[in-house]
Amino acid sequence: MPEWKETVRAPEEEAEGPVVQAQSKSKAFFKKFMQRRTAVAAAVFLLILLIITVVGPELAPYDPSAPDYDNLLSGPSPAHVLGTDEYGRDVLSRLMAGSRLTLGVSLSSVIIGAAIGTFLGVLAGYYGGILETLVMRGSDVLFAFPDILLAIAIVAMIGPGIINVVIAVAVFTVPSFARIMRSATLSVKESLYVEVARSIGCKNGRILSMYIFPGTMQAMIVNFTMRVGTAILAAASLSFLGFGANVTEPDWGAMLSSGRNYIGVASHLVYFPGLLIFLTVLAFNLLGDGLRDTLDPKIK
Amino acid sequence: MGRYFVKRVLGTIPMMFVVSILIFLFLHMIPGDPARQMAGKEATEQELVQIRQELGLNDPLPNQYINYMDDLFHGDLGTSYKTGLPVSEMLLGRLKPTIQLMFSAMIWSVLLGIAIGVLSAVKRGKVADYVGMFLAISGISIPGFWLGLVLIQIFSVNLGLLPTGGLDSWQSYILPSLTLGCGIMAVLARFSRSSMLETMREDYVRTARAKGQREWLVVLRHAFRNSLVQVVTVAGLQIGGLLAGSVLVETVFSIPGMGRLLVDSIAFRDYKVIQAELLFFSLEYIVINLIVDLLYGVLNPKIRYQ
Amino acid sequence: MPEKLLLDVRHLRTEFTQGKKGSVVAVNDVTFQIEKGEILGLVGESGCGKSVTALSIMSLLKDTPGKITDGEVYLEGNNLLRCSEEEMRKIRGENVSMIFQEAMSSLNPAMRVNAQLVEAILLHTDKTKREAEEHALKMLGQVGIPDPARVGRSYPHQLSGGMSQRVMIAMAMSCDPHLLIADEPTTALDVTIQAQILDLMRKIQREIHTGILLITHDLGVVAEMCSRVIVMYAGRIVEEAPVQHLFYEPMHPYTKGLIASVPKLGSGVTSLPSIPGSVPDLSMMPPGCKFAPRCRYAQDRCREEEPPLVELSGGRKCRCVLVQDKEATVE
Repeated sequence: MPEWKETVRAPEEEAEGPVVQAQSKSKAFFKKFMQRRTAVAAAVFLLILLIITVVGPELAPYDPSAPDYDNLLSGPSPAHVLGTDEYGRDVLSRLMAGSRLTLGVSLSSVIIGAAIGTFLGVLAGYYGGILETLVMRGSDVLFAFPDILLAIAIVAMIGPGIINVVIAVAVFTVPSFARIMRSATLSVKESLYVEVARSIGCKNGRILSMYIFPGTMQAMIVNFTMRVGTAILAAASLSFLGFGANVTEPDWGAMLSSGRNYIGVASHLVYFPGLLIFLTVLAFNLLGDGLRDTLDPKIK
Repeated sequence: MGRYFVKRVLGTIPMMFVVSILIFLFLHMIPGDPARQMAGKEATEQELVQIRQELGLNDPLPNQYINYMDDLFHGDLGTSYKTGLPVSEMLLGRLKPTIQLMFSAMIWSVLLGIAIGVLSAVKRGKVADYVGMFLAISGISIPGFWLGLVLIQIFSVNLGLLPTGGLDSWQSYILPSLTLGCGIMAVLARFSRSSMLETMREDYVRTARAKGQREWLVVLRHAFRNSLVQVVTVAGLQIGGLLAGSVLVETVFSIPGMGRLLVDSIAFRDYKVIQAELLFFSLEYIVINLIVDLLYGVLNPKIRYQ
Repeated sequence: MPEKLLLDVRHLRTEFTQGKKGSVVAVNDVTFQIEKGEILGLVGESGCGKSVTALSIMSLLKDTPGKITDGEVYLEGNNLLRCSEEEMRKIRGENVSMIFQEAMSSLNPAMRVNAQLVEAILLHTDKTKREAEEHALKMLGQVGIPDPARVGRSYPHQLSGGMSQRVMIAMAMSCDPHLLIADEPTTALDVTIQAQILDLMRKIQREIHTGILLITHDLGVVAEMCSRVIVMYAGRIVEEAPVQHLFYEPMHPYTKGLIASVPKLGSGVTSLPSIPGSVPDLSMMPPGCKFAPRCRYAQDRCREEEPPLVELSGGRKCRCVLVQDKEATVE
């Protein structure tokens, strides 16, 4: 970045000022965040889950797709802590392997949706005019399809499959980011430091990337965390309805969907995948709540 | 007031128009040839031609839209490829269970959600608040279909108290209604709590106490009455989403309603039915939002007297 | 003459808890009396504990982190701090009423004006709904509202600030309370409206013989309205005096500073003397006299020990060692 060099030439105290402030700011944030015990517990849970997702297959006691015909639909036992499924596959190993697919689908769809939504929302808030009207009315239209129905409609159109679920959940994520980022941009735009930047003749591109976007990061982080929870639920719902991952693949929603046939016979096939989805979504929501309360109590 | 009503009602027309175009275009946004998708690989060319004819894919696009809207206003939603029945008839047959389910879920969840929220706000920082808010955040995090399955496992399989599915008796409504309403209850509890905490800090609440009003009336008549304006808006959005939630709940409990029909039609690529279902769901959502907007006007004197 | 005594506040102490760590004292050892039909002024900068004193008297600290930790508040011989919540509820609005700075936001935006008055009337009288409605209209008329019926039908957002304050006064006076606490009643109003509201309060005091505790930071209002004044600084009373004495012969250095910073017509001064420094943070109070850091007369002993509030001649009290020394030498 060539512009960055210009700021380096500033006197030393001034150059150091913001850095020190940022450090104490993040320290203050950390201190405040640590006081919220539920959010910290959620963060620890998600961290463990992340580690399992990355190194999962190595830790798993069994090959997640290896059948064991002596142990079909058996309940939790010392050998299979969470029991086995209809092909005798180890449920714990499948859940551990499934975190890659489940979290991968949800995170990638939220990242795509957040990127598009943020881009549109920030531009709409900053430039206003026709662009703003288009983006906001577009969001309204997408919001006219209630809840998960938009994702279902998209899958109905482009057909089932993992990639299509990612697309559907991403589209379903865009309008919420567009709206939130637009209003965050509007409030940052009014702030004094943006006025100052404009008065010293900064170009729009620079104001957007150096001032507006960083100013909206808090709203962005909070919404991102919350939406991951929503995306996991949406993706699991699509899987459950049979529109997502192939049932032979280890995906939490798909496991729940096939386990449903054995309800009453092998209820652990229903309990464990669902419980894991529930706890993961709960952790994202608690973390989001904690971040919102520490970062900016004004965002709802 | 009258002007506000008219303005709001007219305001939904462009929205309905855009939604109708999107749903009309649904058929055209399907990748590949929808006729081929519907008929399958073994279909003969003649069959495909006939399907295209039925779907009206041969005319120019604007004409297709005009025909589509014309049919729509005459209550003609096309014919189901799978059953050969008029789509409108199929939808009507599925309407009752879904609407019944929706209302049964709506009533308990809205009342309970608001009650939990208000109670949590009044007992802020006490045990009741923590319990209420834990229930609420669990409610928004729990996958609805899983909750349904667990309820079936416990109350139907293990205890044998309630039926596992269908809608044959009033008992069979209990589990689906609990499953469907759980999320709304949770969202409303969270929202009404934060809204109540805000209004409880208002000057007029202090005035009400200063005039010697009983605490529960201070909470209900002064704080809650003003929170209600915002709570109604959120409740409306949630209720609108109930129909979409029925897609999952009807699948779990094998209820022959609109949601189940949508899932089945997607599996069979019965595009005319899917199209009609999407239209119905989104129109319902727009109409409920309109009702909420109007209610907002009734509850908020500032809008009523503009 | 105890039968003339309306309100007797003794050693009132109110603390605010801050986080888990501790508490700050917002009102400390506040003692004062109001006689029946008297207007007592309570002045001080914002944050000095004026409003907390008022809310403490009303027991309206609910929903704030504040708590009364010591003292007594007698209203016509009845110790309010010993009252149960239910007894206190009956006293509020009937024996003691309160009006606030932001009249507009102090009225419930979702209720019509007369409904809010009727609510107050029905709480403390045996009137029927219809009688209460008539009484509400009468009250609105008495506070000088030109078209009571129309205003009564209005919602608060349709009223101006002055009109809202009249409504608040009508509501506060609707059950003939013996004490009216007015917390900055005119601060948010235009000067002309301000004068009208003050006139109205004087009329109430004269005709109904209501005692008024007038809280304000505006010395002009005090001079016009009150017979006696107490001055608060950092949660403490620093001076009490009949109003003329306070203005012509302020004793406490803080009071002197306050009065000197008010512009006087025709005095010809171009710059007003101001008190240097600012009000100390409640959590970081200096030891000794709380005003010492800003006081130009401060001596070492001022910074070491807090002086007591001492009764002086002429019904005056002052919390300053220097003044007490002087008084002693005079005698």
